[in-house]
Amino acid sequence: MSTTYALELKDVRKNFGKTEIIRGVNLAVEPGERVAVIGPNGAGKSTLFNLISGRFGPTSGDILLNGQRIQHKTPYEINRMGLARSFQITNIFPKLSVFENLRCAVLWSLGYKYTFFKFLSGLKDANERADQLLEMIRLDKKRDILAMNLTYAEQRALEIGVTIAGGADVILLDEPTAGMSKSETSRFIHLIKEVTVGKTLLTVEHDMGVVFGLADKIAVVVYGEVIAFDTPEAVRANAKVQEAYLGSSVADSQAGGH
Amino acid sequence: MAAVYKFKPYNVGRWIIWSAFAGILLMAPLVFTSNLSTTMLAQMGIAIIACLSYNMLLGQGGMLSFGHAVYTGLGSYMAIHALNAVSGGKLHIPVSVLPIVGGLSGMGFAVLLGWVTTRKSGTPFAMITLGVAELVFAMSLMFSEFFGGEAGVSGNRVAGEAFFGITYGPQIQVYYLIAAYTFVCVALMYAFTQTPLGRILNAVRDNPERVEFIGYNTQRVRYIAFIIAGFFAGIAGGLGALNFEIVTAEVVGAGRSGAYLLFTFLGGATFFFGPIIGAILMIIAFVLLSELTKAWLLYLGLIFLFMVMYAPGGIASLIMMNLRVAKFGKLRQIWTSYLGLGLTAFVMLAGAGAMIEMVYHLQLNSALGDTVKFMGATLNAKGLDSWFGCAFVMLTGLGLFELSRRQYMTEWGEIQTEIEKEIKRRETAV
Repeated sequence: MSTTYALELKDVRKNFGKTEIIRGVNLAVEPGERVAVIGPNGAGKSTLFNLISGRFGPTSGDILLNGQRIQHKTPYEINRMGLARSFQITNIFPKLSVFENLRCAVLWSLGYKYTFFKFLSGLKDANERADQLLEMIRLDKKRDILAMNLTYAEQRALEIGVTIAGGADVILLDEPTAGMSKSETSRFIHLIKEVTVGKTLLTVEHDMGVVFGLADKIAVVVYGEVIAFDTPEAVRANAKVQEAYLGSSVADSQAGGH
Repeated sequence: MAAVYKFKPYNVGRWIIWSAFAGILLMAPLVFTSNLSTTMLAQMGIAIIACLSYNMLLGQGGMLSFGHAVYTGLGSYMAIHALNAVSGGKLHIPVSVLPIVGGLSGMGFAVLLGWVTTRKSGTPFAMITLGVAELVFAMSLMFSEFFGGEAGVSGNRVAGEAFFGITYGPQIQVYYLIAAYTFVCVALMYAFTQTPLGRILNAVRDNPERVEFIGYNTQRVRYIAFIIAGFFAGIAGGLGALNFEIVTAEVVGAGRSGAYLLFTFLGGATFFFGPIIGAILMIIAFVLLSELTKAWLLYLGLIFLFMVMYAPGGIASLIMMNLRVAKFGKLRQIWTSYLGLGLTAFVMLAGAGAMIEMVYHLQLNSALGDTVKFMGATLNAKGLDSWFGCAFVMLTGLGLFELSRRQYMTEWGEIQTEIEKEIKRRETAV
């Protein structure tokens, strides 16, 4: 097997002022793995995603994407290298149609860059890809509706669509099912599985049922540190995890039955 | 193939619209034949290019610029200097391409100044444009060799060799030159909105942060758009130089920049054609309204104020909203309300206008006596009865207007719900 990880974090630290939010995180994700990042509120899960995606730079440590250092790169440079992310709070283009949202998100990866001497309607590949994405996220009937007029669940789906549109092979999803009902969540997880086939996936998730159903591996973040990173079974059995965080949640999800 | 077929009827509509636009540009001076109207039409063409280029920043890129006149104005200056070089025999280019000289210089200054300006977005962007505008205006007073000081720089557009007998002596020839530039520039600026960069610019307006995460450098997007807007602004400036044959420092001034902002907004920044309406209104206000009354800036300010408060999408959005109502065949239900609104508003404004005119008269023209002529009536600016009469008319108008406004709002709300239902019904039918 190859020795390069899809994503590797080496002793990553982040201070905000004097407060240390991320306190030496080490993580190595194999290509094609699905990793669920769990942890209590304020543990630093979202901060970790922000560091990886380039929203902030880490105070120290290395972040490697497919073996290349990305810790001092801008979000767009990291995106061009094959990493895309979604946001916890829906972050789309409200005054553009659903189709336009997706088409914008595919343009760079198809090499159109800052082109202003070609018509969008003539970009066959971009239009086909956007239409294909519309079907993948089941919004083909809402094609020409402005994104701001979608329902919440539809906006979440569009958020995922915009994230995967560029064909990045490492995908970070920050609480993709936040604020959804139970039935919406299970449908949505199915969708996420479907659209991220063959990709490396990191997702922050609170619903334990979802976590154990979706992930190949679980990373447990507590107080800015990864205290466990292993298969769901191993994490469930990990005494440190049970003590620090899971405890009753695991018991609940087991009692609830899979 | 299906997708291509689907777009066809749309393109037919597009052909009709663009042919109509060209037709209007061609026929307008044949319909409005007076000297004044030819001058106004020429100015409208220039203003259309300027406002559309401004809207590339405001409406399409979400960049609130307080200094767009820098690029139109410097374009004007470069064009008039080039014109004088042509007259002096130092430069051998036809007068017809001078606006492009203006455009290229507008673009050059946008490359230079935009590098600083577009580093930021939002409020910092607005502040920097304001600073740059002040800077350039201050420089116009310092470097009188280039800016011509108080008197400005004048030129004579009848220069170089006549091309097929076109000397640009008569105003009508200049009009057609401007009309040709207007058509081409409007078409190009519309085309820009249909390109990848044009769409990403909209995305930057909506949500710059997310754009960074789909691979685009938002600064670069803003910068390129700013340069393109600078080019078209410069063309407008160059045409202005040819049209007036004089360029003074006010063309780079804050007043001009403010006018672009105000009228682009009035016309409607959210639709491509909005600034065209705004530009036409701008010339009407500057040329006609300013002749009609001394209080024209006050009226303009009030219109702007009410527009921002009640119709932030400008006139274009009002038109589009009513077109939607018309498309669903519901305009019939509401036109009486419009009639009511119009009549009561007229009464109210007549009363208010009369009082404003009396105040202006007392402040500025009291040496000419106390009588004020307003809409055929003779008022006494110092007479109690005139004031009472006007107040009475205004308050009556206001009361009736409020009544018809309430009536209108209920009807409008009902129609919107009906339309929503209709859309739902059609969706499920499909």
